[in-house]
Amino acid sequence: MTVHDWIPPAVYIAVLAVLSPPLAAYLVRVLGENRKPFRGPLALLERGIFQAAGIDPAVEMTARTYILSLLAFHGIGLAALTVLQMLQGRLPLNPAGLANVPFPLAFNTAVSFATNTNWQAYSGETTLSPLVQSFGLGVQNFVSAAAGMAVLQAFIRGVVRQGRDTVGNFWADLVKSVVHVLLPLSLLWAVLLIGQGVIQSCSAGPAAVTPSGAAQTVPLGPVASQIAIKQLGTNGGGYFGVNSAHPFENPTPFSDFLEMLAILLIPSALVFMYARLTGQKKQGWMLWGVMLFLLIAGLSVALAAEFHSRGPDWPAMEGKEQRFGITDSVLWAVNTTCASNGSVNAMHGSLSPAAGGVAMLNIMLGEVVFGGVGVGLTGMLMFVFVSVFIAGLMVGRTPEYLGKKIEASEIKMAMIVLLVPNALILLGAGLAASVPAGLAGRSAAGPHGFSEILYAFASAAGNNGSAFAGLGAGSPFYCTTLAAAMLAGRLAALLPVVAIAGGLAAKRRSPETAGTLRTDTALFAFVLTGVILIVGALTFFPALCLGPIVEQGLFGLGRLF
Amino acid sequence: MKVRSVWLKAFGLWAALTLLCGGAYPLLVTVVGRLLFPEKAGGSLLRSGEKVVGSSLLARAPAGPGYFRPRPSACSWSTLPSGASNAAPTGAALTDSVRIRRARFQTENEPADGAEVPAEMLCASASGLDPHISVESARLQAGRVARERGLDEKTGAGLQKLIEDRTEPRLWGLFGLPRVNVTLMNFMLDTIPEFRNFHQEDGHDARPDPAEK
Repeated sequence: MTVHDWIPPAVYIAVLAVLSPPLAAYLVRVLGENRKPFRGPLALLERGIFQAAGIDPAVEMTARTYILSLLAFHGIGLAALTVLQMLQGRLPLNPAGLANVPFPLAFNTAVSFATNTNWQAYSGETTLSPLVQSFGLGVQNFVSAAAGMAVLQAFIRGVVRQGRDTVGNFWADLVKSVVHVLLPLSLLWAVLLIGQGVIQSCSAGPAAVTPSGAAQTVPLGPVASQIAIKQLGTNGGGYFGVNSAHPFENPTPFSDFLEMLAILLIPSALVFMYARLTGQKKQGWMLWGVMLFLLIAGLSVALAAEFHSRGPDWPAMEGKEQRFGITDSVLWAVNTTCASNGSVNAMHGSLSPAAGGVAMLNIMLGEVVFGGVGVGLTGMLMFVFVSVFIAGLMVGRTPEYLGKKIEASEIKMAMIVLLVPNALILLGAGLAASVPAGLAGRSAAGPHGFSEILYAFASAAGNNGSAFAGLGAGSPFYCTTLAAAMLAGRLAALLPVVAIAGGLAAKRRSPETAGTLRTDTALFAFVLTGVILIVGALTFFPALCLGPIVEQGLFGLGRLF
Repeated sequence: MKVRSVWLKAFGLWAALTLLCGGAYPLLVTVVGRLLFPEKAGGSLLRSGEKVVGSSLLARAPAGPGYFRPRPSACSWSTLPSGASNAAPTGAALTDSVRIRRARFQTENEPADGAEVPAEMLCASASGLDPHISVESARLQAGRVARERGLDEKTGAGLQKLIEDRTEPRLWGLFGLPRVNVTLMNFMLDTIPEFRNFHQEDGHDARPDPAEK
């Protein structure tokens, strides 16, 4: 590893930092509460959708109705996607004549996409027709991301409003996020990606025959449209089984850069949007700074491990593509696990144990380092609540956040957001490691086998979707347990946040005094980072010891299994 | 709000967004892609006359000693489905594969003493379809390819020149690795007249049978 290998990450972060504030300004304009009336095709589209669905966007909802609407919407999407897969053999737009997907796998995939996880226990090119990919998965890619953004908007209203019992309109938040943000950005990205060689076609692939007589089917499909939203919406579910490592999903270093930028772009801009809408510019930079610090810390460990953890006789290119090389593959692996994206351009299971461990730890920390669209920031804000609470206990004051009192109910809800995924990961991995059906899924012996299991449950409960893909995740045991983890993890990430928003909206802001604990200082950033690392590290340290940590030690000694 | 009306609205919105995001959006991207980048949207196909012989973005199974060898593939260069080994870094299986691949590369190409076999030729790619290899391994293979095709010294030098010309650089000098596209190189070996074995044109393969060596 040379100095040269640090420059690409630096350039990446610089581009992210430059693009985020302007995008945030746009987000404020189209999503902000007091936005000016909009004109143009997107406004027309927005109105058309409201009319078609019979929705009045001006109707305010209580937190309870907001949650009910979210659940109903997700429920319908989940059911429809399951049925669509189970009937695909009889439906049109199936040029390759793919068979119906059996129930456990169809349900697992439907949960996976409805919860913004995009865990894939199948290979897209041989399992799902273009109809299911577009009308099923593609739609959930948009709306699951938009649901995360909606919940963030509800939370912001909770912070801003005083003495109100409503948090906005779920339908309106969802539609605005899709129409004004995800759709136009996806269009732009999709066209740029096609320019790099990502395919976009509705016909079946031609069978190519070389002069020497060897045959190879060129798999075609509506890929660019899918890839654009899967990256921008922190979804991560590839059209092909190998995701963004496939040359048709990610053909050049530039397409790689674009896709990698798309992973963190919206989550990063949302931090600045939050700061502007709550009138707390400095607060935004504090949050962004903590996120950046954690990103760089993880990246440094992962890069150093990948380049240096063993002598030159370990060729680090297994599971990596020549057009990306080691640096870009590690940068992607860290980004995709900081966010709840889960797309990959290299196989995480073949990374050096420490680099794979960083990916796992990023997910275990709750994906709050920029994180998933909307939910990353709300997760980080839950850590802020806990930090305020702990700091308040230390100085003997009622904890406050931006003038709102943080009381027992807020802390309870925040703890649900933070601890439910942790419990799901540890209990799920513990169960799988102790029953034959779980152990049978391992593809590796030694600590790596346990890492495969641990990563799977972290990825599912954290709604990430990446994997140590050697694990046989298609078995009924993993299909059901991981689907349950994904569903519970998602509900725990979204619903308590809306409940907190409802409570906060009713509270009055108390004026700032000399005794107020400021949450936009370097000192608070330090406390926050500490809380994140302590909750994450202490909870998972024993489990990580059995997996990546011991494996890294043995790896350095040259021990093989 | 009544629960029933919530379900109705949820259904209406799901239907509307399905048409928009699942129907209109991919269709629009397809149309724009077709108009702006028809070749690329269609899979960057390589054609010999009317016949499709492959895609320049996908590796093909090794075609013989007279062609460049692509990176190892865990899915045997199949596209349905593509796949990686997901081999554990501490797995004995990976170490064994690396040893076998190193020996094969050295036997095939007889690199000069002490020349290290480039890492990407020892490792299966992430997609199993990686069309690229490093410039070093293209150079190391060029001698064998020229010999097997019976190219004279001048044409062999031309092949080395072709590798230089076809080297794809890093993006902005930073991202990715310098690389040579094996699928394209092999396509050119078949289509550029000076690199074709002269006897191939009348249907005979003049390459020596490996079994005779």
